[in-house]
Amino acid sequence: MNWFKKKKKPQEPQHENVTRGLLIFAHPTTVIAVEELLRDEGYKIRVVSPPPAYRTGCDLSVEFPLEAEAAITELLNATKLHPIDVVPITTEGMEPLHFVRKKWYGSKYLMVRAANMKITVDAETKIIVNISGGGCPDVPYLATTMIGKRLDEAPAPDEVGFSLCAYSLNTAREEMIRELGA
Amino acid sequence: MLLLVGAVPADRLPLLIGPVSLSERGIKIDGHELHINRGNEAMMKAASLICQEYGVEMPVGMVAGDIGKREGSTAIYNHLAANLPTMGVNVMTMHYVMPDLKLNKKVLATVATMHEKPLMIADAGSMYVAKAGGDAKYYDVFTPDIGEATFLADEKADHPAYTRGFIFNMEDDVPELIRRAYAGGNATKTMFVKGAVDYICQDGEIVDTIREPSIETMEPIGGTGDLITGMISGLMHAGRSPLLACRIAGRVNRAAGELANPTPATQVEEILRCLPKALEKVHKELGL
Repeated sequence: MNWFKKKKKPQEPQHENVTRGLLIFAHPTTVIAVEELLRDEGYKIRVVSPPPAYRTGCDLSVEFPLEAEAAITELLNATKLHPIDVVPITTEGMEPLHFVRKKWYGSKYLMVRAANMKITVDAETKIIVNISGGGCPDVPYLATTMIGKRLDEAPAPDEVGFSLCAYSLNTAREEMIRELGA
Repeated sequence: MLLLVGAVPADRLPLLIGPVSLSERGIKIDGHELHINRGNEAMMKAASLICQEYGVEMPVGMVAGDIGKREGSTAIYNHLAANLPTMGVNVMTMHYVMPDLKLNKKVLATVATMHEKPLMIADAGSMYVAKAGGDAKYYDVFTPDIGEATFLADEKADHPAYTRGFIFNMEDDVPELIRRAYAGGNATKTMFVKGAVDYICQDGEIVDTIREPSIETMEPIGGTGDLITGMISGLMHAGRSPLLACRIAGRVNRAAGELANPTPATQVEEILRCLPKALEKVHKELGL
C-alpha cells in the first residue's frame, strides 16, 4: 500500500556544527604554560596535534571551546602567551603520549621514560645523572643544563626547551618528581 | 666524501662546514672546538674514529648552533638544498635537527636531481621528519631505538610524542613493530633497531640480532645510540655494505660498553674512549 507511505523530504545539506577551535603556537613548550593556565581557569581543553597546514613535524596546539574564544584570547594576551593563529576545527587532532615507564637500577638510580625521552636520577641525592633519547636539537642543550643538578635546582624542560622532545622530557621529569619528591 | 650533518647545542653558532678533526675534549670543525655531548658531537666523533682506524679520509662536518629555536636547523636545510649536488658527497648522515617537513622535502628534491645520489643515513630529528613526511624510501639506513621504533610502527604519528598508546605498549614485541614499520612504508632498506636486543633488518626481514654482552646500564646513558649511528656512517664510508656496517657497529658498541663498565651516571665520552679497543676485539671475533 504505497498510498500511505510518507513522501521523502529532499535532504537538506548537512552543515558541520563547528564548536571547537585550535590555538596554534610557535613552540610546543609554550603550550605547557597555556595548558596549565586554561585548566586552572576551568576551561575544557585538550592538547593536540595541529591540522596538516600548520605542521612542521614538531608541533603542539590547544583545542578549546569556540564559544570561549574572546575570553581565552584576552587571557592569553594579558599573560603574553600569544598564539600565532586561532582556527576553527572539525576534526580531532592526536593527543601526545602521556604513558611513562620506570626502571630501577638497584635502589640507587631511577630511569623514567616518556615517549622517546629518558631521565635518570640518583634517588639518594636527587641529582639528575643522565638524559637520553630524543631527536630535536634542544635535547643536547637540555642535557647540558640539567645534568649534575638536583631535581629542584635544574630548570624545567618547559622553561628552557622548545620542542616536543622537551614536552616529553617534562612529562618524564614530572613523573620522576612524583616518584622521588623534588 | 662522508658528510655528517646536524645542529649543536650552542646559541648563535653560525653554519660551519669543514673536515672533522679529533681533539682531546671532542671534535674540531673549521677551527671551532665542539665538546662531546650526546647528539651530533658524539656521532661525529664515533664516525671519525672509525675513519681513522680504517685509514680513510676523515668526514666533513656541517653544523650550526640550535637550542630548539630553529635558526641553525633552517640554515642547515637551506644550505643542503642549495649546494648538495656540488659537494661531492657519497655518504650523508643527517642527525639532530628541528623537524621541518617543507625544508626537508626541499633537500630531498635536490637529492633527486643528483646524478649519483649519496647513501643516506638518518637518525634523531632527521629520521622523525623523514617518517612524518612519508619519505623513508629516499633513505638507506634508519637507526631507531625502541621508543622510535614504536613511532615508525605508527603510521599516524608525526613525532614520537604522538605515538598511540596501544603501539607504545607493543614495545615488548619488536618484530611486530618492525613488521608494521615496513608495512607502512616507514622503514629503510637496512634498519638498525637499538635496544636490549639489537635488531638488524634488511628489506623487511630481521637478518641479525645482537644480545651479548648485555650491559643494562647503557640504556640511561645519553649518546650511546649516537655512537652506533656514527660508526655505521664511518663503516659505510670505508666501503662496508650498510648491513655489514650495522653488524659491526652494534657489536662494537656493546664491546665498548663492556670495557667502560658503566653505571647509569656514566657519560658517553667514557664509552667513546673504548671504541678503538672494542673495534679491534670485534674484528677478531668476526674474523674481519
